[in-house]
Amino acid sequence: MAMRVSLDKLPFHRPATVTGIDWESLGESDAKRLRNLGFDEGVGIEALHSGLFGRDPLAIRIGRMQVAIRRAQAKTIMVEAAGA
Amino acid sequence: MTSIPLVAVVGNPNAGKSALFNMLTGARQKVGNYPGVTVERKSGRMALADGRPIELVDLPGAYSLDASSPDEAVTRDVVLGRQEGERLPDALLIVLDATNLDNHLRFALQVIGLGFPTVVALNMVDLARRDGLTIDKARLAAELGAPVIETVAVRKRGMEEVKAALGEAVLSERKAARPEEEFTGVQRRARAIASAATVGQTFTRRSTLAIDKVVLHPVGGLVFFFALMFLMFQAVFAWSEAPMGWIEAGQEWLGQAASAAIPEGFLRDVVVQGIIAGVGAVIVFLPQILILFLFILLLEATGYMVRAAFLMDKLMAKAGLSGHAFIPLLSSFACAIPGIMATRTIEDPKQRLTTILIAPLMTCAARLPVYGVIIGAVIPATTVGLGIGLQGLVMFGLYVLGIVGALLAGFLLRKTVTRGASQSFIMEMPKYQAPHLRPILIGLWQRGWAFLKRAGGIILAVTIALWLLSSYPVAPEGQKQTEYSIAGRIASGIEVVVRPIGFNHEIALALLPSMAAREVAVTSLQTVYAIDAEDEETAASEVSNQIAGRWSLATALAFLIWFVFAPQCLSTIAVARRETNGWKWPLFMLGYLFALAYVAAGATYWIATAAGL
Repeated sequence: MAMRVSLDKLPFHRPATVTGIDWESLGESDAKRLRNLGFDEGVGIEALHSGLFGRDPLAIRIGRMQVAIRRAQAKTIMVEAAGA
Repeated sequence: MTSIPLVAVVGNPNAGKSALFNMLTGARQKVGNYPGVTVERKSGRMALADGRPIELVDLPGAYSLDASSPDEAVTRDVVLGRQEGERLPDALLIVLDATNLDNHLRFALQVIGLGFPTVVALNMVDLARRDGLTIDKARLAAELGAPVIETVAVRKRGMEEVKAALGEAVLSERKAARPEEEFTGVQRRARAIASAATVGQTFTRRSTLAIDKVVLHPVGGLVFFFALMFLMFQAVFAWSEAPMGWIEAGQEWLGQAASAAIPEGFLRDVVVQGIIAGVGAVIVFLPQILILFLFILLLEATGYMVRAAFLMDKLMAKAGLSGHAFIPLLSSFACAIPGIMATRTIEDPKQRLTTILIAPLMTCAARLPVYGVIIGAVIPATTVGLGIGLQGLVMFGLYVLGIVGALLAGFLLRKTVTRGASQSFIMEMPKYQAPHLRPILIGLWQRGWAFLKRAGGIILAVTIALWLLSSYPVAPEGQKQTEYSIAGRIASGIEVVVRPIGFNHEIALALLPSMAAREVAVTSLQTVYAIDAEDEETAASEVSNQIAGRWSLATALAFLIWFVFAPQCLSTIAVARRETNGWKWPLFMLGYLFALAYVAAGATYWIATAAGL
């Protein structure tokens, strides 16, 4: 069964696809930054690492790039992982 | 006269643009500034096979024409012909990372749409191959409508082909620009082209993933980070011992040679005790400064720097900042000026301002001579076990104090004058790369040369001026020269203010000239002791011997703490003014740092005195 969650809840090393991004709640500058790093519907994504304190920030793979992002922003990104 | 064709090198950050630029232009580079903004302009010339010259300009890396930082804005404005101080390029050289086409093609498509004659360098093809990626060059060229050349800039592969293609491009006419396309549309087209042109797809960058498993491990990563920082500061001391000895020996030889050549008198005193001993006291720290820069350049070149920012993000968040602030702050360990300029990558204005205000608290290289001399004079060169020297440990402590002070100051500033919404942290983590000798050496050379120019320029001028001001008017019998002279009288005025925190007359005298550059504190003390010396031998002796004999430990410690906090260099104030567009914040910075320095040095002195030191 497919799993649909926000990026901050995606288990590590589970390849997924971006299904939607709440651009509105991100605010203009964060939205621009994410767009510039290739965040878009249909792009492959995977959670890789997290920091020690509060398991924040996250290191994720988006497309062929690795990006650091805080959980607060990761919450606005919906992803879908294929069933395990 | 017809001007030399101009080619702008454009591409995403981390595409290897600068490496390609360096390889094409060699050492013939000019570094300047764009007017009105503090964005560096790097240009250089290259000769084509047929001898025609081409001027290359290395534009700042950008993710898209939709600029989100002043650096990206310069890139956008140059290619749109709107940048003051830059003519419209005749052709473009677009640099793509072959391992990250889906992202890099977006900016390439936007730029190609402008219609310039364009050459595309498909860089890092060796890494792509290692990752199992094969790129259909012909397909890519057809989709982009521009010649595509495979390059490995760091290994000089493909350079001749790039030159030949540029030679043709600069002769072609510019086409009409295509109408601007909607962002998401370009994005998706880029992805479609990337996937069509890429044969064999793997997501892994095996080496990067393997390294990250260790250095981004929640616990292990932090241990590695702190170990690396500690190694860096120990190395600054351990590795520099021998070369510092050579510089001292050379300086001594030069002093003796000058003494022999110049007849006894005022001129000999200025040259031997002022210039050679004074400037020498600063130049001797060149090895330490180079080692520090070597580490910072390596951290940047390998890609570890962003990982360090990642690890530090949560800690920075406690101070109201983010991992973004880490990189400017680490650069400030070398010098606050590039550090403050590096804050331009921080988008949030409040966070950027806070970072600028606390950057001077990071222990810059100019403090090294001051710390080095004082620590050498008053802290015994013993070890505390495990081969860790006490002097190095004290130095490490001073660095830590600066960091803690900066974080506390940041925290308080964010609660008061720079209050604002909490921050996001979004940043590309580039793949790891083995550092290459050449760019590292060029970087070291540029920084070492800048340091020597400072020593030769500002420091020399201030030292001579101080020597003159301290030598006249000549004191009558029974009065001390350094108190009777003009400089001495000014110092006596300052001394009234700094006496309560344990500073003596010599320190008061050294404080004012060290506003020009912190290192001058050392040369100033050297000057003062030389002028007051009873005989030639004492005059030429090292400043640390003088301090060891004259200062109490409490005074020496207070002086060290003063330098942790004091905003001692005018260039920093000037760059803060330029970056904040006014005098308000630099003056605020000056005020709060002086207050902090005074209180902290005072507290140190009083506590040390009470403890009987």
